[in-house]
Amino acid sequence: MKKEQQLDLYHQMVLIRRVEERGAELYQQGKIGGFMHLYIGQEAVSTGLIAAREPRDRIITAYRDHGVALNCGISANEVMAELLGKETGTSKGKGGSMHMADTSKNMWGGHAIVGGHLPIASGLALGDQYAGNDNVTICMFGDGATNIGYFHEALNLAKTWGLRVLWVCENNQYGMGTAVERASAVTEIRQKAEGYGMKNSQVDGMDVMKVYEAAKEAMDYVRKEGQPYLLEIDTYRFRGHSMGDPERYRKQEEVKKWQENDPIGIFRKQLIEKKATTAKALDDIDAGVDNEVNKAVEFAEASPELTVEDLYTDIYAE
Amino acid sequence: MAKITMREAISQALMEEMDRDPAVFIMGEEVGVWGGTYAVTKGFYDKYGPQRIKDTPIAENAIIGAAIGAAMVGQRPIAELMTINFAFSAMDYIINQAPKLRYMFGGQFSVPMVIRAVGGGGRQLGATHSQTPDAVFAHFPGLKVVSPGTPEDAKGLLKSAIRSNDPILFIEHATMYQVRGEVPDGEYLIPIGQSKIQRAGRDVTIVTYCKGLELSMKAADELAKEDIEAEIVDLRTLRPLDMGPVLESFKKTNRAIVVEEGWKSYGVGSEIVSRIYEEAFDYVDAPIIRVAQKEVPLPYNRALEQAALPQVHDIIEAVKEVLK
Ligand SMILES: Cc1ncc(C[n+]2csc(CCOP(=O)(O)OP(=O)(O)O)c2C)c(N)n1
Ligand SMILES: [Mg+2]
Repeated sequence: MKKEQQLDLYHQMVLIRRVEERGAELYQQGKIGGFMHLYIGQEAVSTGLIAAREPRDRIITAYRDHGVALNCGISANEVMAELLGKETGTSKGKGGSMHMADTSKNMWGGHAIVGGHLPIASGLALGDQYAGNDNVTICMFGDGATNIGYFHEALNLAKTWGLRVLWVCENNQYGMGTAVERASAVTEIRQKAEGYGMKNSQVDGMDVMKVYEAAKEAMDYVRKEGQPYLLEIDTYRFRGHSMGDPERYRKQEEVKKWQENDPIGIFRKQLIEKKATTAKALDDIDAGVDNEVNKAVEFAEASPELTVEDLYTDIYAE
Repeated sequence: MAKITMREAISQALMEEMDRDPAVFIMGEEVGVWGGTYAVTKGFYDKYGPQRIKDTPIAENAIIGAAIGAAMVGQRPIAELMTINFAFSAMDYIINQAPKLRYMFGGQFSVPMVIRAVGGGGRQLGATHSQTPDAVFAHFPGLKVVSPGTPEDAKGLLKSAIRSNDPILFIEHATMYQVRGEVPDGEYLIPIGQSKIQRAGRDVTIVTYCKGLELSMKAADELAKEDIEAEIVDLRTLRPLDMGPVLESFKKTNRAIVVEEGWKSYGVGSEIVSRIYEEAFDYVDAPIIRVAQKEVPLPYNRALEQAALPQVHDIIEAVKEVLK
């Protein structure tokens, strides 16, 4: 990967982190409401993954979607405005944190029903298959989502019909407070693809370059073979499941241990060691991001409020 | 009489019944180690252990389906749906299986289970997580649907539901867990299927339940300042529906409104109004008004969501309208 692109990935990861840190502050101040699920700790997953797609490839994910939105090129302004429920947000303030989308950037949404978007992902790929193109649909979901029927129905359909879906399980070790081994018959999620005769692999999700390489390979396979693929990406969320999680289910030492593997820290170190850049240049990127996020908050706060008439728009197409 | 919250009332009912009957157990997402996402089962896991407090995978069909099976062979499962919106992921079991099995197999067995589900809007959770679809479930014979509006009723009704030999959907409201109210000391039960007059009044009848009760009580206090005395009938159970107190009140006031949080079309209010017209037409002095949610999916934006939900002022206006 070219140096510029690597620096761009670093920028994206830091941007996700800062947008969410500011988001958490705004949530505490009561400016953001509802459920907000932070991606902090998992930034390398969507960043590496989405870097491997072509613009025509589609992305669909669950409610932990701020990172995916930013990686797809949705601006921090629009993400922040959606969090604040403004008309200028990605979903005109009607979706909130869990429902970021910009279909012009092939980001088909965060979805809040666990597993609910998986059959829809099969459908996106079906639409493309029907149209006769070889676009890939990248469908991201959590470890917990692999225990619901939707997952199994969607994978079976995709394999049976030869749909171009890259299934990406972000295994962050927990579904809310339930550790993988307490809810899933197999702890290695990729094994679930075996039952459907589907090619699969697993990769370390704290290393953005490893994610990128694995995703690239998997996407090539999906596109060329016209077959789905399941990629399991191991990661960890540093924060609670959503805002206001008492976190009684895990020990602080466990969280600390994973935090030593901070994906941004790891990438930073790699970039400097490979002499791809200097610490100073990365600091400049960090400072630029701070500025970008400040501007996004200003933009969101200054954006107009919705009016009651907006309740009735976008219900039906006709 | 002790004053406790809705959360405590539900929690006490669960604990008392678990202590009384070893066949009672709880299964659902995050009911154990987490302590329940609304903290209703906090401490249960430590007290009863994983055998009786079962953290399940995220698999609503398996939760409800397995509860049905366990109930068929004599256990008394309480299956918890983290929110009622996830009931749609288990609709076949809730609608097509639990309420039908006994009837279809000629009464050979029963299905003694409770499905606890949290419903309601007002927390900015967006369109898929904020619904009040109670009327949908009340449509189906074979299922009983209970939705209390006070801690006293929540405790007494839930205990009855757990002891009942039929499948019961018990709907709680996400914004009401902190609501406080008096509950009787010692053990008590409240029968399923009885409406209750929660506030006496002479001028107008407000028929409501659950969140609507909280709003209607506030509205009635405001109206009283203008010397309008509203009588509030709380349905408490949507199926089987007890029209007795509704008709009794209406025959006295001759004017009514119905307040519910769900959508107006095909809603609880539609049923109540039809029943009043069918059973007490001669007593009608003014068209009955339904106060309900605007006909839109609920948005995330706070102001818009509140604008879509029924409010105290909507109730006051409706009362004044029927009194014109
Ligand atoms: C059908 C359904 N059931 C339950 C929930 C509540 N819920 C939201 S997120 C979640 C945990 C999901 O865990 P996982 O799939 O591992 O994703 P993660 O949050 O770890 O990213 C649960 C149970 C839901 N949104 N939808
Ligand atoms: Mg998870």
